[in-house]
Amino acid sequence: MRKIYLYLPLLFFFILVIFFARQLILDKDPSKLPSVLLDKSFPSVKLNQLDSYKLFNKENLLFIGEPSLVNIWSSWCAPCQIEHEFLMKMSDEHNIKIFGINYKDDKTDAINVLKLNGNPFYAIGRDEDGTQAINLGVYGVPETFIIDASGKIRYKHVGPILEYDMNDIILPILNKIKRE
Amino acid sequence: MVIELGHFCLALVLTISLFQFIVPALGARYNSIGLMRTSYITAYLSFILVFLSFASLTYAYIISDFSVSLVANNSHSLKPLIYKISGVWGNHEGSLLLWVLILTFYSAAVAFFGKRLPIKLISLVLSCQGLIASSFVSFILFTSNPFIRLFFPEIEGEGFNPILQDFGLAIHPPFLYLGYVGLSVTFSFSIAALLIGRVDTIWVKWVRPWTLIAWVFLTIGIALGSWWAYRELGWGGWWFWDPVENASFMPWLAATALLHSSIVAEKRDTLKAWTILLAIIAFSLSLLGTFIVRSGVLISVHAFASDPSRGLYILMLLIFFTGGALALFAKKAASLKSGSLFQPISREGALVINNIIFASSAATVLLGTLYPIFIDAINNSKVSVGPPYFEAVFVPLMVPAILLCAFSPMLSWKRAKLENIIERVIAVFIFSILFTAIFVFIYGGSASAFLGLFLGLWLILGTIYEFFIKVGTKLSFNKFFKRAIQLPRSAYGMSLAHIGVAIFVIGVTVSSAWRIDIEQPILKGETVFINDIELRFLDIIEVNGPNWVAERGKFEVIREGKNNEYLFPERRFYPASQVNTSEPAIMSNVIFDLYVVLGENLQNDETFSLRVYYSPFINWIWFGIMCMALGGILSLTDRKHRLGYSVKINPETIYK
Repeated sequence: MRKIYLYLPLLFFFILVIFFARQLILDKDPSKLPSVLLDKSFPSVKLNQLDSYKLFNKENLLFIGEPSLVNIWSSWCAPCQIEHEFLMKMSDEHNIKIFGINYKDDKTDAINVLKLNGNPFYAIGRDEDGTQAINLGVYGVPETFIIDASGKIRYKHVGPILEYDMNDIILPILNKIKRE
Repeated sequence: MVIELGHFCLALVLTISLFQFIVPALGARYNSIGLMRTSYITAYLSFILVFLSFASLTYAYIISDFSVSLVANNSHSLKPLIYKISGVWGNHEGSLLLWVLILTFYSAAVAFFGKRLPIKLISLVLSCQGLIASSFVSFILFTSNPFIRLFFPEIEGEGFNPILQDFGLAIHPPFLYLGYVGLSVTFSFSIAALLIGRVDTIWVKWVRPWTLIAWVFLTIGIALGSWWAYRELGWGGWWFWDPVENASFMPWLAATALLHSSIVAEKRDTLKAWTILLAIIAFSLSLLGTFIVRSGVLISVHAFASDPSRGLYILMLLIFFTGGALALFAKKAASLKSGSLFQPISREGALVINNIIFASSAATVLLGTLYPIFIDAINNSKVSVGPPYFEAVFVPLMVPAILLCAFSPMLSWKRAKLENIIERVIAVFIFSILFTAIFVFIYGGSASAFLGLFLGLWLILGTIYEFFIKVGTKLSFNKFFKRAIQLPRSAYGMSLAHIGVAIFVIGVTVSSAWRIDIEQPILKGETVFINDIELRFLDIIEVNGPNWVAERGKFEVIREGKNNEYLFPERRFYPASQVNTSEPAIMSNVIFDLYVVLGENLQNDETFSLRVYYSPFINWIWFGIMCMALGGILSLTDRKHRLGYSVKINPETIYK
């Protein structure tokens, strides 16, 4: 009698391999993936207060009634430090309201960054254990969402916003949304 | 010149290991003893050549030869010697070379100890090892060559991630690889057994000690890694369920299952197909770990600079070895004669449950680790699976394993009476519950703290009790002592390893339940209070290291009104790589660790941010793991488990 069940390990293994191969071949650049939340309403998030900074929640995101950015950052993430300069520029020179989610970070380190490099954020919330970021489909910091006036996610930017990204991607999209 | 010689040696190894794969296999096919005998020579030769190749790369690191691309990218002339040497395997290319060095070392060891094995078995084993070696050597030569020269040599190297400059981490990869690659021996033995179509005493007698060796190294390697993470990362944590940590943990779980199933295979002549499957799975999980670390399919703090072509190559290796082995298993396992069925309540029954638990926990960790990949493929979203998942599923799996572990060594083979066992252990059980209850009543603590403490105590007492029963009850002291000495070392090894597990469980429980975290700014001269300990911030000074500059804080620890010790946490800056690191200072003793991290300078010169972790019993975690590894070593010194088991036959006997 042939024992079919002995083939089960092989079968499982090949299913695994298919997933690996897909990941390896299709997603050579995982940062190009669109967000599943695109054109959906920004989910409600439960964040904690960071020091005395204004707390970010869904209400104040909707309340401002203009397109805004939600930026996920950490003090331990080097690209975030590079991005910081352009966040400052957008908030100071372009008057854009940026909401910050401080991801899996140490409180004092986070405050130090804001004190040292300036605070580009209109409101900030802490996501100490990264559970809130899961709802947003975040898989690495920094990530930035563009939210329209009605609170819908319109664009997701993975990785730091550099000068090019700011001038050629983020600002044009924001202007387009504003004109709508 | 030396580098070119090393390069040449490695190229030579490719040919020799291909020879080692093909010729003995042909010999086995056509029953030619002459062809089969070549496997010994090629195994030794491969090892010598890889060793020379590795030595040449090490030499380039030691003399800081920055005309070699790898050295220029990863080393620096100011690094201390030990970190220059450990820098050899602190990168993708060099670590693969270490991998191959250890693989050929094991092949040579198998050839050495297997002189008296049936020639067909040993030559098939070495042929399989040759196949593994040749595929990895070609991987190195074609995609990750460490011997590439720079067209324009650099004056100075680019440095080396300073956080990796730690003694624990310097020796962590060799131990880990000795574990990973050690599993290739049992893998090759399983392949040979499947090819020959019989699993006999020799096979079982070989698999157990060689699994044990790999298991001991893997245990030590993982412990070193977590010890490093604890001391260096500055978070006071010791295990983060990071994909790469899981990659080392999965083969460990599989090897632990294999260790226990091979006991049944040896003593009761059954569970052979399962043991073979486990041996295949254990090594496959090692390969999978290699794939995860080096392909970039998962996001991890440990990942080497990854490159899709490398990932594809390792995936092909994985398909070839694991797929091939599992196909062979599916085809041949049915023909393996298996022993009789057995009773659920018996030693072998308990070991089977152990196997089910360990195999499912390996599967659980695998699922959690790969879940982001699955979800991404199914609905295109990104998730990260963190400690909450692993703690929620892993802990409940381990609870029955530990409950069982305390008394199953008391069960007899074949058929045990449950009533007898219950009668024996009920006192231990009640005592453990009562003691834990009193302890938790006095010190407070959650339900999980209660459970953890109870399990630890139960396992320690159960193991000690079992040991006394094994020596014999109602004996005079002298007689007891005499009989205790006569017990085989493997019995001591098992008890020590199980007690190690208990100590580990207690360490994990207490250090997480009674941990105190303090985060606050501190002014020079201020004092922080933790329980009855006073921590006073005395001073801050500038110090210069060999390749770093640092701000060093001086803290005085005062216990019971007396000055006990000074702690010196540092913030280091490495100019070569422009990186800041925190060097926590740890006051460590049996009861607790006081872990002080000096943060950044705030506002003015006098205020610093400070993190203090008070972790009671945290050293018990590593002490427990050490006991487990020592238990394994003790078992290995048992005559029954020696590495070179042989039977009194003419080694040139050929299996029919």
